[in-house]
Amino acid sequence: MASILDIRRRIRSVINTRQITRAMKMISAARLRRAQERALAARPYAQMLTNVLKSLVTRADTYDSETGEPLHPLLVRRPEQNVLLIVVTGDKGLAGAFNANILKAATRFLESKRGKKVQIVAVGRKGRDFLRRRFRAAESTSAGAGSDSQVTLVGEHVGVLNKIDYALASEISEQVIARYTHAEIDSVYLVYNEFKSVIAQRVVVEQLLPVEHIGAPEIVEASSEMELREKQRAIDAAKGTGVSLRPADTSAVDEAAAKFATAPVDYIYEQPPRQLFGSLLPKYVATQVFHALLESVAAEHAARMTAMESATVNAGDMIDSLTLSMNRVRQAKITREIIEIVSGAAAAQ
Amino acid sequence: MADSFQLEIVTPEKLVVKDSAEEVQIPATTGYIGVLPGHAPLITELGAGEISYRSGGQVHRFATAWGFAEVLPTRVTVLAETIERPEDIDVARAQQTLQEAQDALKSADSEAEVETQIAKVRRAQARIEVAEQKNV
Repeated sequence: MASILDIRRRIRSVINTRQITRAMKMISAARLRRAQERALAARPYAQMLTNVLKSLVTRADTYDSETGEPLHPLLVRRPEQNVLLIVVTGDKGLAGAFNANILKAATRFLESKRGKKVQIVAVGRKGRDFLRRRFRAAESTSAGAGSDSQVTLVGEHVGVLNKIDYALASEISEQVIARYTHAEIDSVYLVYNEFKSVIAQRVVVEQLLPVEHIGAPEIVEASSEMELREKQRAIDAAKGTGVSLRPADTSAVDEAAAKFATAPVDYIYEQPPRQLFGSLLPKYVATQVFHALLESVAAEHAARMTAMESATVNAGDMIDSLTLSMNRVRQAKITREIIEIVSGAAAAQ
Repeated sequence: MADSFQLEIVTPEKLVVKDSAEEVQIPATTGYIGVLPGHAPLITELGAGEISYRSGGQVHRFATAWGFAEVLPTRVTVLAETIERPEDIDVARAQQTLQEAQDALKSADSEAEVETQIAKVRRAQARIEVAEQKNV
């Protein structure tokens, strides 16, 4: 049986751990609030851009009237041979199943694209590490064996997630757009953790290119909603942190954005609508990427907040049970000492 | 006719300006456009250049790299991909970029390359212009 001193030491260590997890939870909550604010602040631009594009689609002939062929390279559909997948994970762990879930979805996606060449761009250290471990080997063996399924890691963005800006999204999207336009790749997908609120999130695979419907991203695959138990845990974690459980109210922003470039008047177009459409579409893709990055960051902080709340609760339970066994040990020791004294006295008589 | 209009400048990251203005100048790709209240409805793409507006007699100026604007008689909305205030611009860096882009332009061999370098030159020039006028 452990001595009282040992147990006391363990209790102290668990108390320290609990302090750390509690602090980490509060930090995550603060970062989550900030991430939510940023996502909200980014909304007007994205909405306005979407609205302009939507109204331009009707004015600019985006499809050739005779052949039905799309006139913009980002609308062109080709048979899918070369696929590019952008995987957005976190830079750090200790966020429950956050990174694992995304990578699971990514792996499933890769399974479904078996037989095609898939290139991966990893955003976030966790995803990069996982994919690199997994596919560097795959690449070297398949190159020799002439395997028909090739997965290669072609780009990575690591350590950028704690100060995420539009420039990063713009860089990523410009790269994929350039390669798509040159027909090096035939489709581009994004896998990331969508974040509506603390209790409404899921991992989605979204089709980025070709652009199918403007304003309605093509969700190819989505994980199921959170389980009730997970939701309850998230609700508990959000308590007392000032993190709202409901999705942010965007109706006012959306309404204002909806007015953009859609007034019922005859606009003077400085440039032909088709040219405008052509220069706006790539920006639309960039905002999609930016949106995914922002949501992923928010989701990561939410996941960490929940995980740290659970850790704090578990540490509390452990302290309770350790305290209980410490008291038992102490009790046993006292009892033993009394018996020794009593029996010693009895022997002396 | 009212003597001012609502001006909003929005970037991908946030709403930068929401103000009433008496006049705004925007760098359309076809040349600068000055907008006064009551302007005819207009939609235009913006190139690299300077956005300036006058509000209550005060002139505010920004550098932008790319944007898009909607002009209505009582409202002007600018979507700008980047917005920099003159005091935030690093002139030395802009000069360096300008130099690099100009050099790259001379040795550029493809049309696409030329275009990207010209765009770079324009952006750098716009930033330098905006930054230096402030010091005058």
